Amino acid sequence: MTKSLISLAFEKAKKEKRPALLSYTVAGDTSFQKSVEILISISKNVDIVEIGFPHSTPIADGGQIQTSSHRSLKNGFKMNHIFQIVKKYKKIENSKPVILMGYYNMIYQYNENKFLKSCKNSGVDGVIVVDLPWPENRKFAKKCKTKNICFVQLLSPTTSNLRLRKIIKDSHEMCYYISMLSTTGGKLKVSPNNIMKNYFKIKKIKINKNLVNGFGITTNTISGLKRADGLVCGSQICKEITNSFQKRQNPVTNVSKLVYNLKRKII
Amino acid sequence: MKIKKKIPLIDQHDKYGFWGGKFGGSFIPETLKKPVEDLEELFNKLRYQKKFLNERDFYFKNWVGSPTPLIKLGNLTKHLGGAQIWAKVVSEANGGAHKIYNATIHCLIAKKSKKKYIIGDTGAGYAGKMLSMAAKKFGLKCKIFMGAKDIVRQQPNVKAIKKNGAEVIPVYSGSQTLVDAVSECMRFWVANCDTTAMCVGSTVGPAIFVRICGWSTSQISRELKVQLIEEFGSIPKKLKLYNCVGGGSSSFGFWNEFMDYDKKQVEFIGVEAGGPKKSKKHAAPLTYGSKIGILHGAAQYVNQNSDGQIDETESISAGLDYPGVSPLHCFLKNTKRARYTAASDEDALEAYKLVTKYENLNPSLEPSHAFAEAIKTAPKLSKDTIIIVNSCGDAKKDRDIIKKRLGKII
Repeated sequence: MTKSLISLAFEKAKKEKRPALLSYTVAGDTSFQKSVEILISISKNVDIVEIGFPHSTPIADGGQIQTSSHRSLKNGFKMNHIFQIVKKYKKIENSKPVILMGYYNMIYQYNENKFLKSCKNSGVDGVIVVDLPWPENRKFAKKCKTKNICFVQLLSPTTSNLRLRKIIKDSHEMCYYISMLSTTGGKLKVSPNNIMKNYFKIKKIKINKNLVNGFGITTNTISGLKRADGLVCGSQICKEITNSFQKRQNPVTNVSKLVYNLKRKII
Repeated sequence: MKIKKKIPLIDQHDKYGFWGGKFGGSFIPETLKKPVEDLEELFNKLRYQKKFLNERDFYFKNWVGSPTPLIKLGNLTKHLGGAQIWAKVVSEANGGAHKIYNATIHCLIAKKSKKKYIIGDTGAGYAGKMLSMAAKKFGLKCKIFMGAKDIVRQQPNVKAIKKNGAEVIPVYSGSQTLVDAVSECMRFWVANCDTTAMCVGSTVGPAIFVRICGWSTSQISRELKVQLIEEFGSIPKKLKLYNCVGGGSSSFGFWNEFMDYDKKQVEFIGVEAGGPKKSKKHAAPLTYGSKIGILHGAAQYVNQNSDGQIDETESISAGLDYPGVSPLHCFLKNTKRARYTAASDEDALEAYKLVTKYENLNPSLEPSHAFAEAIKTAPKLSKDTIIIVNSCGDAKKDRDIIKKRLGKII
């Protein structure tokens, strides 16, 4: 079997002795066109791009991502747009893996099968569903697998040891560790050392599983976490987009600079 | 899809918490999985413990003030002709609404789990007021999340919450009403679930919260059953129970003990908020055939667009101003055990006017929706039909709206 783009991205980072860098941006923020331009401009410094589909009632997102989502919805975001964005991006960055992230109601209304078909057609490599935990997600995860799309299981500091083992057993090529009890974009309330201690506890369960850290990762905290397989930065990027928007500056150049700085701190 | 007899409705879900295979469930972030499971385990244990039940009954009786009165509305009955109209005056409960039952139980559970903080959402402000009262009573620190729009329109309850020593957190996102307050409250819980207990203010949210709330408000129908037998010698042959439905906690509690009766004998009528007559927006997903979607951790009928974005609602009544509805009511609708309809803002105000004109009763705008439907139907029914309306809230909190709309000072 050929290796997935997600696996290849982790392999490449490992060869370069650094964690993979994952970005998170909201589709359609600040506009359809701008969100594509942002993705293209940060591409050379990230290994995997996560694109969020905005939801009106997010129950796990902090202020920054809420603001980005709100802006996108106000601009008239529709589910179809996200696949057009991926298509446009993949035309230019054919080998960069793309993971979609969002809430289950959007997938449910779009229809699971139709959603996966659109994912496949546009070139999506993985999916994260914030509010579809294990074991409820087993059926959908299996459907993803048959389409060669990675269903990314989430793990958290509250996940029990037994549960960790069961989830990892059912997981695909990548898992996502939520580093602390927080919505996205919270201040790091646990020391990077403690996060990494938990991280390696999980990593030990299955050493060759790609495990990324997310939540609270910024230019200030990222270097303390660089022993992880991958690191996700989302809220700081969304915040940068908001700041640029408010100052009437170009978010593309500003976000590009920010991502460059993130990358610099982990090599 | 069928309701089973002799099993409490709150327990008729499958292993993932779905009623009828498709309503409810627990669509929650991984972080909340453990706290939700812990809560489930504790609740399933406590509800069969004699000691806990005694504690519940003690506080319901001596602090909440059970039973709340069942009164005949003689003048209104005479004016309308037709069915006898009665009211179960749940607003006589401590604090002025049924929300006290769920708040008390959540605080008792929080104490057992050794949590020091409790948080809750509120729309009309009653759930918040009662939670702040109960938190004070049981020595818990309390935060109440409330939409900024609701803070303006329900000032009397906001003041009461603050007086009880709780912090009111205004929510400015989205429509700035109940739906956003619940989201913000859940987000806070995600970040603080290690030290903090969460109380969802109605029979909504992840399955465990639906069950706890339904179990708590069922006190209303337990009392009503006893009162009916005292009054009529047995359960009347033609009984109709009218209740407003927002999230659905008071109506579920008002009906639960009568679930196994044939609907020809005991009929359930749920009245949703139809919103202003001129507006297309409403808060009546059951009446207007909204599609199933996921809101606040549960699958339910919910007002949404084709993409799955939750629609904004509109209603004069903050307590009913919610785009979704309890999975229990979705189940009751699909099994046809209950019937649902909507009353507009104007209907509710008219009903309020009529009830307060003829009776010494001051129902808030939420139960005024139920009164509107009862008033409309009563004249067409026989004199041996007993209509009971759950007057589940007091209008003191609505005094500004009523003054503005009816020029009436209460």
